[in-house]
Amino acid sequence: MALDTAPKGWRSFARYSMLTIVALFILFPVYTTVIAALKPGNKVLDNPLLPNAFTLDVLKNAWTEGRLGRYLMNTTIVAVIVTSVQLVTSIASAYAFSFLKFPLKRLVFGIFLSTMLVPLEVTLVVNRRTIDSLGWLNSFQGLTVPFIATAFGTFLLRQVFMQIPPDLREAAQMDGLGHWGFMKEVAIPLVRPTLGALGLFSFLSSWNQYLWPSLITTEDDMNTVQTGLRHLASSDLDKPNLIMAGTIIAAVPILIVLVVFQKQLVRGLTAGAVKG
Amino acid sequence: MQYDDLVAAIRLVGVSKHFGDVKAVDNVSLDIADRDFMILLGPSGCGKSTLLRTIAGLEDPTAGEVWIGNKMVNDVEPKDRDVSMVFQSYALYPHKSVQANIEFPLKVRGVDKSERAEAAKQAAEILGLTPYLERRPGALSGGQRQRVALARAIVRQPAVFCMDEPLSNLDAKLRAETRAELVALHHRLNATFVYVTHDQVEAMTMGNRIAVMRDGIIEQIGTPKDVYDKPASVFVAQFIGTPPMNIFPAGSIETGSHLVGARPEHTHIATAGVAATVALVEHLGHEIQVVCTIDAEHRAIVRLPAGTEVPDNGSSVFLTVDENHRHRFNIETGLRIS
Repeated sequence: MALDTAPKGWRSFARYSMLTIVALFILFPVYTTVIAALKPGNKVLDNPLLPNAFTLDVLKNAWTEGRLGRYLMNTTIVAVIVTSVQLVTSIASAYAFSFLKFPLKRLVFGIFLSTMLVPLEVTLVVNRRTIDSLGWLNSFQGLTVPFIATAFGTFLLRQVFMQIPPDLREAAQMDGLGHWGFMKEVAIPLVRPTLGALGLFSFLSSWNQYLWPSLITTEDDMNTVQTGLRHLASSDLDKPNLIMAGTIIAAVPILIVLVVFQKQLVRGLTAGAVKG
Repeated sequence: MQYDDLVAAIRLVGVSKHFGDVKAVDNVSLDIADRDFMILLGPSGCGKSTLLRTIAGLEDPTAGEVWIGNKMVNDVEPKDRDVSMVFQSYALYPHKSVQANIEFPLKVRGVDKSERAEAAKQAAEILGLTPYLERRPGALSGGQRQRVALARAIVRQPAVFCMDEPLSNLDAKLRAETRAELVALHHRLNATFVYVTHDQVEAMTMGNRIAVMRDGIIEQIGTPKDVYDKPASVFVAQFIGTPPMNIFPAGSIETGSHLVGARPEHTHIATAGVAATVALVEHLGHEIQVVCTIDAEHRAIVRLPAGTEVPDNGSSVFLTVDENHRHRFNIETGLRIS
């Protein structure tokens, strides 16, 4: 590669230039969104790239007209339920696949994993019918139950559970711990960074769900913030900045979560959770 | 910590453990006296660890009975056997402090906080761990971790200690020191120790009795002196002792169709005897070992004091064996005749 043979200073210059260009591409839409959200409606379309006027009214309107408070609460409830139940089911199933002996374990695990190959879109129609027949349209059950167990979480945690030396399990057995005790006292504390990362992932993906909630919610009260934004967009075609403001409001909580748990996320993805 | 009124003899009756077709332990019967320091010795794969784990309850025997004290414990959970175990890898809880590690067995048993802190302190003191109580295992050296594992084992004052090669991860110097400490600990605790090792030096120096195992069976049980002086088979004769016992071809030392064995210290270079060729001369500082080749299958080692004149590599020599230090073995079975 040409970059490798170039002198050091040039190499890092080239590298940072690349990063800067990529960052600009990524940040540009964010910038225009923020600019538009902070302008009064009549100024949005002239000089769309310049912050030539400023008002917080649009954000306020988006919050009240768009009922974003309600939607945010719905989304938060859904994301918290999905995340916490997903962690519980992932821990339990990953533990079973790592530490328990039962017949056909490998086969069952293989079947479990194969569900990762099935995209959401394939099961969408069937799941919608099932939820409908249970009478769970427009309900928190409908929004959460299909997502409370994932092969991904099971797989991820099984990988780190498998790194726990078998001696540790046996030492715990000698000390008098059963499986529940071992899980609580030893296994979970040892994989905490991975649990953090998994929790964050499921919170993010749950927060950003659009297709599923849009399929099973028809009542405005049950909208999540993502489907709510769509309503905002379609109801006020003449106010493009309103939807921009709504987007910003919807993004703020997740941004905070990301910043707070950033370290956890990186550590969980890179570090081996168990060290001797 | 004393066990004056505790009976912790162990009795194994016809114990077998099979993994599929592999007979890891094959119909082993063994009596371990109360407060004994019993060594299970053998090469890797001989079934010694499996036997130990069967006593601890980590493996269910395929057949046979395991008795601890006057109770048959086949169906008793490991935690209820009054046995503690020290693992080769130490198996410390990496996320807990040394103190938390040591008191953990008591915590699980519902001992209250102040009582278990006191017990942990006491155990830590015995093993010289007091300055490290707040540290995590990751911040300790191998030797210190090993002590934490021991402290965790002694804290609940079990009747029986099972140890699975606890010194094998230590360097040579530390291993020698810790050997002496374990013997002292055995005296102090006055409990029954069952100790697995493949290292015959550990076996000879630490145990009251040694059970030498091979291919899932016990070849010989006896005191270290018994096992060294009167090995029950060629296998035991060559497994115990460094360098191992010399085995001479049938008929070369004395007439008859049996094998004759002799320790290197009882084998001499002489002017007449079994013809051999010097293959290697090793100067160890305190002594010299001369490795001789008798024929394609037989080698013999002679120990000479440092400073003695030694034959050159490749030269022809004759070997003799003291009359009263000969071990005779059946050529077919390898078992001791006299």
